[in-house]
Amino acid sequence: MEQHELEQLEIDLFLEGVYRRYGYDFRNYARASLQRRMRGLMAATGHSSVIEMLPKVFSDRGFLIRVVDALSINVTEMFRDPPFFLALREKVVPYLKTYPFIKVWHAGCASGEEVYSLAILFKEEGIYDRTTFFATDFNAGTLEKAKAGIYPLDTMKKFAGNYLAGGGKAALSDYFHAEYDSVIVDGSLKKNVTFAMHNLATDGVFGEMHLILCRNVLIYFDAQLQCRAAGLFDDSLVHGGILALGSKETLRFTELADYYDMLDEKWRIYRKTGATYLAAHWGAPT
Amino acid sequence: MSPARSMQAVVMGASAGGWAAFSRILTALPADYALPVAIVLHVHPGQGEDFPLHMAPGRRIPVRPAQDKDPFLPGVAHFAPPDYHLLIEWDKTLSLSADPKVCHSRPSIDVLFESAASVYGPGLLGVLLTGASSDGTNGIKRINELGGLTVVQDPDTAEHPTMPRSAVTHASPWRVLGLDAIAQLLLDLAPKPHPVFPDLESGATPPDRSRP
Repeated sequence: MEQHELEQLEIDLFLEGVYRRYGYDFRNYARASLQRRMRGLMAATGHSSVIEMLPKVFSDRGFLIRVVDALSINVTEMFRDPPFFLALREKVVPYLKTYPFIKVWHAGCASGEEVYSLAILFKEEGIYDRTTFFATDFNAGTLEKAKAGIYPLDTMKKFAGNYLAGGGKAALSDYFHAEYDSVIVDGSLKKNVTFAMHNLATDGVFGEMHLILCRNVLIYFDAQLQCRAAGLFDDSLVHGGILALGSKETLRFTELADYYDMLDEKWRIYRKTGATYLAAHWGAPT
Repeated sequence: MSPARSMQAVVMGASAGGWAAFSRILTALPADYALPVAIVLHVHPGQGEDFPLHMAPGRRIPVRPAQDKDPFLPGVAHFAPPDYHLLIEWDKTLSLSADPKVCHSRPSIDVLFESAASVYGPGLLGVLLTGASSDGTNGIKRINELGGLTVVQDPDTAEHPTMPRSAVTHASPWRVLGLDAIAQLLLDLAPKPHPVFPDLESGATPPDRSRP
Protein backbone atom coordinates (compact mmCIF):
# COMPACT_ATOMS: atom_id res chain seq x y z
CA MET A 1 0.00 0.00 0.00
CA GLU A 2 1.38 3.41 -0.99
CA GLN A 3 1.91 5.97 1.76
CA HIS A 4 -0.89 8.24 0.55
CA GLU A 5 -3.36 5.33 0.58
CA LEU A 6 -2.31 4.40 4.09
CA GLU A 7 -3.09 7.89 5.36
CA GLN A 8 -6.54 7.76 3.77
CA LEU A 9 -7.24 4.46 5.53
CA GLU A 10 -6.09 5.91 8.86
CA ILE A 11 -8.41 8.89 8.43
CA ASP A 12 -11.37 6.60 7.68
CA LEU A 13 -10.67 4.60 10.85
CA PHE A 14 -10.19 7.73 12.94
CA LEU A 15 -13.50 9.28 11.83
CA GLU A 16 -15.38 6.04 12.39
CA GLY A 17 -13.84 5.81 15.85
CA VAL A 18 -14.76 9.38 16.80
CA TYR A 19 -18.31 8.87 15.56
CA ARG A 20 -18.91 5.59 17.38
CA ARG A 21 -17.24 6.70 20.58
CA TYR A 22 -18.68 10.24 20.83
CA GLY A 23 -21.36 10.72 18.14
CA TYR A 24 -19.56 13.54 16.31
CA ASP A 25 -20.03 12.58 12.68
CA PHE A 26 -17.39 13.87 10.28
CA ARG A 27 -17.54 10.79 8.08
CA ASN A 28 -19.26 12.61 5.21
CA TYR A 29 -17.11 15.72 5.26
CA ALA A 30 -15.30 16.38 1.98
CA ARG A 31 -12.05 14.55 2.62
CA ALA A 32 -9.56 16.89 0.97
CA SER A 33 -10.12 19.80 3.37
CA LEU A 34 -10.63 17.47 6.30
CA GLN A 35 -7.32 15.77 5.64
CA ARG A 36 -5.62 19.16 5.63
CA ARG A 37 -7.16 19.95 9.01
CA MET A 38 -6.13 16.55 10.38
CA ARG A 39 -2.56 17.17 9.26
CA GLY A 40 -2.66 20.56 10.95
CA LEU A 41 -3.87 18.91 14.15
CA MET A 42 -1.12 16.27 13.94
CA ALA A 43 1.51 18.96 13.60
CA ALA A 44 0.05 21.08 16.41
CA THR A 45 -0.15 18.15 18.85
CA GLY A 46 3.11 16.45 17.95
CA HIS A 47 1.73 13.28 16.40
CA SER A 48 3.43 11.69 13.42
CA SER A 49 0.43 9.80 12.05
CA VAL A 50 -3.35 9.97 12.14
CA ILE A 51 -3.69 6.51 13.65
CA GLU A 52 -1.52 7.58 16.60
CA MET A 53 -4.25 10.04 17.57
CA LEU A 54 -6.97 7.38 17.81
CA PRO A 55 -6.05 5.94 21.24
CA LYS A 56 -5.48 9.50 22.43
CA VAL A 57 -8.96 10.68 21.43
CA PHE A 58 -10.53 7.50 22.86
CA SER A 59 -9.14 8.08 26.31
CA ASP A 60 -8.94 11.86 26.55
CA ARG A 61 -12.02 14.11 26.26
CA GLY A 62 -9.81 17.17 26.26
CA PHE A 63 -8.24 15.88 23.09
CA LEU A 64 -11.69 15.32 21.61
CA ILE A 65 -12.31 19.05 21.95
CA ARG A 66 -9.08 19.72 20.03
CA VAL A 67 -10.31 17.36 17.31
CA VAL A 68 -13.76 18.98 17.12
CA ASP A 69 -12.17 22.44 16.99
CA ALA A 70 -9.77 21.37 14.28
CA LEU A 71 -12.50 19.85 12.13
CA SER A 72 -15.18 22.51 12.56
CA ILE A 73 -15.72 25.14 9.96
CA ASN A 74 -15.14 28.37 11.81
CA VAL A 75 -14.04 30.82 9.15
CA THR A 76 -16.39 33.77 9.08
CA GLU A 77 -16.37 37.53 8.91
CA MET A 78 -18.80 40.43 8.99
CA PHE A 79 -20.52 41.22 5.71
CA ARG A 80 -18.34 38.74 3.80
CA ASP A 81 -19.11 39.30 0.08
CA PRO A 82 -20.69 42.76 0.41
CA PRO A 83 -22.65 42.40 -2.86
CA PHE A 84 -24.44 39.42 -1.30
CA PHE A 85 -25.71 41.68 1.48
CA LEU A 86 -26.80 44.23 -1.13
CA ALA A 87 -28.75 41.46 -2.87
CA LEU A 88 -30.35 40.52 0.46
CA ARG A 89 -31.48 44.10 0.98
CA GLU A 90 -32.80 44.53 -2.53
CA LYS A 91 -34.23 41.14 -3.39
CA VAL A 92 -35.04 39.36 -0.13
CA VAL A 93 -36.10 42.04 2.34
CA PRO A 94 -39.16 43.04 0.22
CA TYR A 95 -40.48 39.46 0.59
CA LEU A 96 -39.73 39.34 4.30
CA LYS A 97 -41.52 42.65 4.87
CA THR A 98 -44.81 40.98 3.91
CA TYR A 99 -44.70 38.71 6.98
CA PRO A 100 -46.11 39.80 10.36
CA PHE A 101 -43.28 37.93 12.06
CA ILE A 102 -40.10 36.47 10.62
CA LYS A 103 -38.03 33.47 11.62
CA VAL A 104 -34.44 33.18 10.41
CA TRP A 105 -32.13 30.18 10.75
CA HIS A 106 -28.44 30.84 10.41
CA ALA A 107 -26.95 27.34 10.09
CA GLY A 108 -23.25 26.97 10.88
CA CYS A 109 -22.88 30.37 12.55
CA ALA A 110 -19.39 29.68 13.97
CA SER A 111 -18.30 32.70 16.05
CA GLY A 112 -21.35 34.74 15.02
CA GLU A 113 -20.00 37.53 12.83
CA GLU A 114 -22.45 36.81 10.06
CA VAL A 115 -25.57 36.52 12.16
CA TYR A 116 -24.80 39.91 13.71
CA SER A 117 -24.29 41.28 10.20
CA LEU A 118 -27.74 40.00 9.37
CA ALA A 119 -29.18 41.53 12.54
CA ILE A 120 -27.72 44.92 11.58
CA LEU A 121 -29.22 44.67 8.12
CA PHE A 122 -32.63 43.75 9.56
CA LYS A 123 -32.46 46.69 11.95
CA GLU A 124 -31.69 49.13 9.16
CA GLU A 125 -34.53 47.72 7.07
CA GLY A 126 -36.96 48.08 9.96
CA ILE A 127 -37.79 44.40 10.41
CA TYR A 128 -35.52 43.42 13.32
CA ASP A 129 -38.19 43.77 16.00
CA ARG A 130 -40.50 41.21 14.43
CA THR A 131 -37.70 38.73 13.73
CA THR A 132 -36.37 35.79 15.72
CA PHE A 133 -32.92 34.58 14.68
CA PHE A 134 -31.79 31.02 15.38
CA ALA A 135 -28.03 30.77 15.04
CA THR A 136 -26.75 27.21 15.27
CA ASP A 137 -23.44 25.39 15.29
CA PHE A 138 -22.29 22.02 16.62
CA ASN A 139 -19.17 23.41 18.25
CA ALA A 140 -19.93 24.47 21.82
CA GLY A 141 -16.76 26.54 22.07
CA THR A 142 -17.38 28.75 19.05
CA LEU A 143 -21.05 29.04 20.02
CA GLU A 144 -19.95 30.57 23.33
CA LYS A 145 -17.84 33.08 21.40
CA ALA A 146 -20.84 33.90 19.22
CA LYS A 147 -23.02 34.47 22.27
CA ALA A 148 -20.42 36.72 23.84
CA GLY A 149 -20.13 38.78 20.65
CA ILE A 150 -16.68 40.09 21.47
CA TYR A 151 -14.32 40.63 18.54
CA PRO A 152 -10.83 42.05 18.13
CA LEU A 153 -10.86 45.75 17.37
CA ASP A 154 -8.35 45.48 14.52
CA THR A 155 -10.66 43.29 12.40
CA MET A 156 -13.37 45.94 12.55
CA LYS A 157 -11.66 48.15 10.01
CA LYS A 158 -12.01 45.55 7.27
CA PHE A 159 -15.55 44.75 8.42
CA ALA A 160 -16.46 48.45 8.28
CA GLY A 161 -15.41 48.53 4.62
CA ASN A 162 -17.48 45.41 3.90
CA TYR A 163 -20.44 46.94 5.72
CA LEU A 164 -20.46 50.12 3.63
CA ALA A 165 -19.97 48.18 0.38
CA GLY A 166 -22.90 45.98 1.42
CA GLY A 167 -25.29 48.92 1.57
CA GLY A 168 -24.81 49.90 5.22
CA LYS A 169 -26.89 52.93 6.15
CA ALA A 170 -25.08 54.13 9.27
CA ALA A 171 -21.63 53.45 10.68
CA LEU A 172 -20.67 49.95 11.77
CA SER A 173 -19.29 51.36 15.01
CA ASP A 174 -22.86 52.40 15.96
CA TYR A 175 -23.56 48.75 16.76
CA PHE A 176 -20.53 48.03 18.94
CA HIS A 177 -18.87 49.29 22.08
CA ALA A 178 -15.10 49.45 22.04
CA GLU A 179 -13.10 48.56 25.10
CA TYR A 180 -9.32 48.19 25.13
CA ASP A 181 -8.50 46.24 21.98
CA SER A 182 -11.90 44.56 21.62
CA VAL A 183 -15.41 45.47 20.61
CA ILE A 184 -18.64 44.02 21.97
CA VAL A 185 -21.93 43.72 20.11
CA ASP A 186 -24.65 46.08 21.36
CA GLY A 187 -27.38 44.38 23.39
CA SER A 188 -30.12 45.63 21.07
CA LEU A 189 -28.64 43.42 18.31
CA LYS A 190 -28.44 40.38 20.54
CA LYS A 191 -31.88 40.41 22.08
CA ASN A 192 -33.68 38.54 19.27
CA VAL A 193 -30.87 36.08 18.57
CA THR A 194 -31.04 32.58 20.04
CA PHE A 195 -27.87 30.51 19.87
CA ALA A 196 -28.22 26.74 19.97
CA MET A 197 -26.28 23.55 19.34
CA HIS A 198 -27.28 21.86 16.10
CA ASN A 199 -25.34 19.51 13.86
CA LEU A 200 -26.34 19.38 10.19
CA ALA A 201 -24.85 15.88 9.98
CA THR A 202 -26.92 14.33 12.75
CA ASP A 203 -29.77 16.59 13.97
CA GLY A 204 -33.22 17.28 12.57
CA VAL A 205 -35.68 20.09 11.84
CA PHE A 206 -36.57 22.33 14.79
CA GLY A 207 -38.87 24.99 13.38
CA GLU A 208 -40.51 26.65 10.42
CA MET A 209 -38.34 29.35 8.84
CA HIS A 210 -38.80 32.24 6.42
CA LEU A 211 -35.10 32.66 5.66
CA ILE A 212 -32.23 30.19 6.00
CA LEU A 213 -28.62 31.26 5.59
CA CYS A 214 -25.92 28.65 5.26
CA ARG A 215 -22.91 30.02 3.43
CA ASN A 216 -19.65 28.22 2.78
CA VAL A 217 -20.64 25.21 4.84
CA LEU A 218 -21.94 22.82 2.17
CA ILE A 219 -18.62 22.95 0.27
CA TYR A 220 -17.11 21.07 3.22
CA PHE A 221 -19.64 18.24 2.85
CA ASP A 222 -19.66 15.36 0.38
CA ALA A 223 -22.63 15.01 -1.99
CA GLN A 224 -24.53 12.72 0.38
CA LEU A 225 -24.25 15.05 3.37
CA GLN A 226 -25.07 18.04 1.16
CA CYS A 227 -28.33 16.31 0.26
CA ARG A 228 -29.08 15.67 3.92
CA ALA A 229 -28.48 19.31 4.87
CA ALA A 230 -30.43 20.64 1.89
CA GLY A 231 -33.29 18.30 2.84
CA LEU A 232 -33.33 19.78 6.36
CA PHE A 233 -33.46 23.29 4.91
CA ASP A 234 -36.26 22.31 2.56
CA ASP A 235 -38.30 20.74 5.35
CA SER A 236 -37.77 23.84 7.50
CA LEU A 237 -38.71 26.51 4.93
CA VAL A 238 -42.24 27.84 4.57
CA HIS A 239 -43.69 27.98 1.08
CA GLY A 240 -42.08 31.08 -0.46
CA GLY A 241 -39.20 30.93 2.02
CA ILE A 242 -35.67 31.95 1.07
CA LEU A 243 -32.48 29.90 1.11
CA ALA A 244 -29.11 31.65 0.79
CA LEU A 245 -26.00 29.56 0.11
CA GLY A 246 -22.37 30.45 -0.50
CA SER A 247 -21.47 31.75 -3.93
CA LYS A 248 -19.83 28.45 -4.91
CA GLU A 249 -22.64 26.25 -3.57
CA THR A 250 -25.67 25.01 -5.48
CA LEU A 251 -28.70 22.80 -5.14
CA ARG A 252 -27.71 20.95 -8.29
CA PHE A 253 -26.83 17.71 -6.48
CA THR A 254 -29.89 17.62 -4.33
CA GLU A 255 -32.88 17.16 -6.68
CA LEU A 256 -34.36 20.21 -4.96
CA ALA A 257 -33.47 22.63 -7.74
CA ASP A 258 -36.81 22.07 -9.52
CA TYR A 259 -38.72 23.31 -6.50
CA TYR A 260 -36.83 26.56 -6.13
CA ASP A 261 -36.60 29.81 -8.11
CA MET A 262 -33.26 31.53 -8.38
CA LEU A 263 -33.63 35.03 -6.91
CA ASP A 264 -29.97 35.86 -7.42
CA GLU A 265 -27.82 33.53 -9.46
CA LYS A 266 -24.40 34.93 -8.58
CA TRP A 267 -25.04 34.95 -4.85
CA ARG A 268 -27.06 31.71 -4.83
CA ILE A 269 -30.24 33.01 -3.26
CA TYR A 270 -33.15 30.62 -3.82
CA ARG A 271 -36.88 30.95 -3.15
CA LYS A 272 -38.96 27.88 -2.44
CA THR A 273 -41.85 27.81 -4.85
CA GLY A 274 -42.82 24.16 -5.33
CA ALA A 275 -44.15 21.48 -3.04
CA THR A 276 -41.47 20.24 -0.70
CA TYR A 277 -39.35 17.52 -2.15
CA LEU A 278 -40.27 15.04 0.55
CA ALA A 279 -43.98 15.71 0.29
CA ALA A 280 -43.85 15.38 -3.48
CA HIS A 281 -41.90 12.13 -3.45
CA TRP A 282 -42.69 10.31 -0.27
CA GLY A 283 -45.79 11.86 1.27
CA ALA A 284 -45.62 13.89 4.45
CA PRO A 285 -42.43 13.41 6.45
CA THR A 286 -42.87 11.13 9.42
CA MET B 1 15.11 12.13 -22.54
CA SER B 2 11.63 11.38 -21.34
CA PRO B 3 11.47 9.28 -18.20
CA ALA B 4 9.92 5.86 -18.46
CA ARG B 5 6.84 6.60 -16.45
CA SER B 6 3.56 8.31 -17.15
CA MET B 7 1.59 10.37 -14.71
CA GLN B 8 -2.07 10.52 -13.70
CA ALA B 9 -2.54 14.23 -13.03
CA VAL B 10 -0.83 17.62 -13.24
CA VAL B 11 -1.05 20.51 -10.77
CA MET B 12 0.51 23.89 -11.51
CA GLY B 13 0.92 27.08 -9.55
CA ALA B 14 2.13 30.62 -10.19
CA SER B 15 1.79 34.10 -8.78
CA ALA B 16 3.15 37.37 -10.23
CA GLY B 17 4.01 36.83 -13.89
CA GLY B 18 1.88 33.69 -14.01
CA TRP B 19 -0.52 34.88 -16.68
CA ALA B 20 2.19 34.97 -19.36
CA ALA B 21 3.87 31.80 -18.09
CA PHE B 22 0.65 29.75 -18.08
CA SER B 23 -0.32 31.17 -21.48
CA ARG B 24 2.92 29.83 -22.93
CA ILE B 25 2.53 26.39 -21.38
CA LEU B 26 -1.17 25.97 -22.18
CA THR B 27 -0.51 26.97 -25.79
CA ALA B 28 1.79 23.94 -26.08
CA LEU B 29 -0.80 21.42 -24.90
CA PRO B 30 -3.04 19.59 -27.40
CA ALA B 31 -6.86 19.63 -27.37
CA ASP B 32 -6.90 15.98 -26.27
CA TYR B 33 -4.22 16.18 -23.58
CA ALA B 34 -4.46 12.91 -21.68
CA LEU B 35 -4.09 14.23 -18.12
CA PRO B 36 -6.33 16.33 -15.89
CA VAL B 37 -4.74 19.68 -15.03
CA ALA B 38 -5.47 21.89 -12.00
CA ILE B 39 -4.06 25.39 -11.75
CA VAL B 40 -3.74 28.00 -9.04
CA LEU B 41 -2.90 31.52 -10.19
CA HIS B 42 -2.88 34.17 -7.50
CA VAL B 43 -5.38 36.84 -8.51
CA HIS B 44 -7.25 39.63 -6.76
CA PRO B 45 -10.14 38.21 -4.69
CA GLY B 46 -12.59 40.51 -6.48
CA GLN B 47 -11.58 39.18 -9.91
CA GLY B 48 -14.42 37.49 -11.83
CA GLU B 49 -14.11 33.70 -11.88
CA ASP B 50 -14.21 33.59 -15.69
CA PHE B 51 -10.80 35.23 -15.98
CA PRO B 52 -8.97 32.10 -17.26
CA LEU B 53 -11.27 31.85 -20.29
CA HIS B 54 -9.37 34.79 -21.78
CA MET B 55 -5.97 33.19 -21.34
CA ALA B 56 -3.89 32.36 -24.44
CA PRO B 57 -6.50 32.88 -27.17
CA GLY B 58 -4.75 30.45 -29.53
CA ARG B 59 -4.66 27.54 -27.09
CA ARG B 60 -6.34 24.22 -27.91
CA ILE B 61 -6.78 22.75 -24.43
CA PRO B 62 -10.06 23.93 -22.87
CA VAL B 63 -9.93 25.83 -19.57
CA ARG B 64 -12.66 25.92 -16.97
CA PRO B 65 -13.20 27.79 -13.70
CA ALA B 66 -13.29 25.02 -11.09
CA GLN B 67 -16.68 24.29 -9.53
CA ASP B 68 -17.16 22.40 -6.28
CA LYS B 69 -17.79 18.66 -6.89
CA ASP B 70 -17.04 18.79 -10.62
CA PRO B 71 -15.10 15.80 -11.94
CA PHE B 72 -11.35 16.38 -12.41
CA LEU B 73 -11.45 15.74 -16.15
CA PRO B 74 -8.51 14.81 -18.35
CA GLY B 75 -7.82 17.27 -21.17
CA VAL B 76 -9.17 20.26 -19.24
CA ALA B 77 -7.23 22.92 -17.32
CA HIS B 78 -9.24 23.66 -14.17
CA PHE B 79 -8.50 27.05 -12.57
CA ALA B 80 -9.07 27.84 -8.89
CA PRO B 81 -11.72 30.57 -8.50
CA PRO B 82 -10.63 33.83 -6.81
CA ASP B 83 -10.90 33.83 -2.99
CA TYR B 84 -11.36 30.04 -2.66
CA HIS B 85 -8.84 27.27 -2.23
CA LEU B 86 -8.99 24.50 -4.82
CA LEU B 87 -8.38 20.94 -3.66
CA ILE B 88 -8.56 17.51 -5.27
CA GLU B 89 -10.95 15.18 -3.50
CA TRP B 90 -10.19 11.50 -2.84
CA ASP B 91 -12.77 10.46 -5.44
CA LYS B 92 -10.98 12.65 -8.03
CA THR B 93 -13.49 15.43 -8.03
CA LEU B 94 -12.77 19.10 -7.38
CA SER B 95 -13.38 20.66 -4.03
CA LEU B 96 -13.39 24.30 -2.90
CA SER B 97 -12.76 25.70 0.54
CA ALA B 98 -13.03 29.11 2.21
CA ASP B 99 -10.41 28.21 4.83
CA PRO B 100 -7.95 30.87 5.96
CA LYS B 101 -5.28 32.09 3.58
CA VAL B 102 -2.07 30.10 3.34
CA CYS B 103 1.09 32.12 2.59
CA HIS B 104 -1.18 35.20 2.39
CA SER B 105 -3.02 33.58 -0.48
CA ARG B 106 -6.42 32.13 -1.23
CA PRO B 107 -6.33 30.22 -3.48
CA SER B 108 -3.04 28.79 -2.26
CA ILE B 109 -0.70 26.64 -4.32
CA ASP B 110 0.34 24.62 -1.24
CA VAL B 111 -3.28 23.68 -0.55
CA LEU B 112 -3.83 22.39 -4.10
CA PHE B 113 -0.49 20.56 -4.29
CA GLU B 114 -0.78 18.89 -0.88
CA SER B 115 -4.33 17.69 -1.50
CA ALA B 116 -3.47 16.34 -4.96
CA ALA B 117 -0.37 14.58 -3.59
CA SER B 118 -2.60 12.74 -1.09
CA VAL B 119 -4.78 11.48 -3.91
CA TYR B 120 -2.27 10.61 -6.63
CA GLY B 121 0.92 9.88 -4.68
CA PRO B 122 3.57 8.83 -7.21
CA GLY B 123 1.18 9.60 -10.10
CA LEU B 124 1.29 13.37 -9.58
CA LEU B 125 3.33 15.94 -11.46
CA GLY B 126 3.66 19.31 -9.71
CA VAL B 127 4.83 22.41 -11.58
CA LEU B 128 5.75 25.66 -9.85
CA LEU B 129 6.37 28.82 -11.87
CA THR B 130 7.10 32.53 -11.45
CA GLY B 131 5.98 34.51 -8.40
CA ALA B 132 6.94 36.82 -5.56
CA SER B 133 5.87 34.65 -2.62
CA SER B 134 6.87 31.43 -0.90
CA ASP B 135 3.60 29.65 -1.69
CA GLY B 136 4.18 26.28 -3.35
CA THR B 137 7.36 25.32 -1.53
CA ASN B 138 5.57 23.12 1.01
CA GLY B 139 3.42 21.69 -1.76
CA ILE B 140 6.49 20.67 -3.76
CA LYS B 141 7.97 19.08 -0.62
CA ARG B 142 4.80 17.08 -0.02
CA ILE B 143 4.60 15.83 -3.62
CA ASN B 144 8.22 14.68 -3.37
CA GLU B 145 7.54 12.98 -0.05
CA LEU B 146 4.70 10.92 -1.54
CA GLY B 147 6.74 9.90 -4.57
CA GLY B 148 5.40 12.30 -7.22
CA LEU B 149 7.50 14.31 -9.67
CA THR B 150 8.16 18.03 -9.27
CA VAL B 151 9.36 20.67 -11.68
CA VAL B 152 10.21 24.25 -10.80
CA GLN B 153 10.81 27.04 -13.28
CA ASP B 154 14.46 28.06 -13.43
CA PRO B 155 14.48 31.24 -11.31
CA ASP B 156 16.84 32.91 -13.79
CA THR B 157 14.13 32.64 -16.47
CA ALA B 158 11.20 33.62 -14.22
CA GLU B 159 9.61 37.06 -14.40
CA HIS B 160 9.55 37.00 -10.59
CA PRO B 161 12.17 34.59 -9.22
CA THR B 162 11.29 34.58 -5.48
CA MET B 163 8.73 31.78 -5.54
CA PRO B 164 10.66 29.30 -7.71
CA ARG B 165 13.89 30.16 -5.85
CA SER B 166 12.25 29.36 -2.53
CA ALA B 167 11.22 25.93 -3.83
CA VAL B 168 14.62 25.24 -5.39
CA THR B 169 16.36 26.16 -2.14
CA HIS B 170 14.06 24.42 0.32
CA ALA B 171 12.17 21.65 -1.49
CA SER B 172 14.66 19.85 -3.79
CA PRO B 173 12.53 19.63 -6.94
CA TRP B 174 13.15 16.78 -9.38
CA ARG B 175 13.87 19.19 -12.29
CA VAL B 176 14.57 22.93 -12.66
CA LEU B 177 13.77 24.04 -16.23
CA GLY B 178 12.74 26.89 -18.52
CA LEU B 179 9.12 27.26 -19.65
CA ASP B 180 9.49 25.54 -23.02
CA ALA B 181 11.27 22.55 -21.48
CA ILE B 182 8.50 22.36 -18.87
CA ALA B 183 5.88 22.32 -21.63
CA GLN B 184 7.79 19.52 -23.39
CA LEU B 185 7.96 17.56 -20.16
CA LEU B 186 4.19 17.86 -19.71
CA LEU B 187 3.81 16.29 -23.14
CA ASP B 188 6.39 13.54 -22.48
CA LEU B 189 4.90 12.51 -19.15
CA ALA B 190 1.34 12.20 -20.39
CA PRO B 191 0.19 8.74 -21.44
CA LYS B 192 0.14 8.47 -25.22
CA PRO B 193 -3.29 7.92 -26.76
CA HIS B 194 -1.97 5.08 -28.99
CA PRO B 195 0.79 3.00 -27.45
CA VAL B 196 3.65 2.59 -29.89
CA PHE B 197 5.47 -0.73 -29.96
CA PRO B 198 9.16 -0.21 -30.63
CA ASP B 199 9.10 -3.44 -32.63
CA LEU B 200 6.73 -1.93 -35.17
CA GLU B 201 9.36 0.53 -36.22
CA SER B 202 12.02 -2.14 -36.58
CA GLY B 203 9.74 -4.20 -38.84
CA ALA B 204 9.06 -7.03 -36.38
CA THR B 205 5.58 -8.55 -36.18
CA PRO B 206 3.34 -6.72 -33.78
CA PRO B 207 1.71 -8.83 -31.09
CA ASP B 208 -1.51 -10.42 -32.28
CA ARG B 209 -4.25 -8.77 -30.27
CA SER B 210 -7.20 -10.13 -32.20
CA ARG B 211 -7.37 -13.29 -30.13
CA PRO B 212 -9.24 -13.18 -26.85
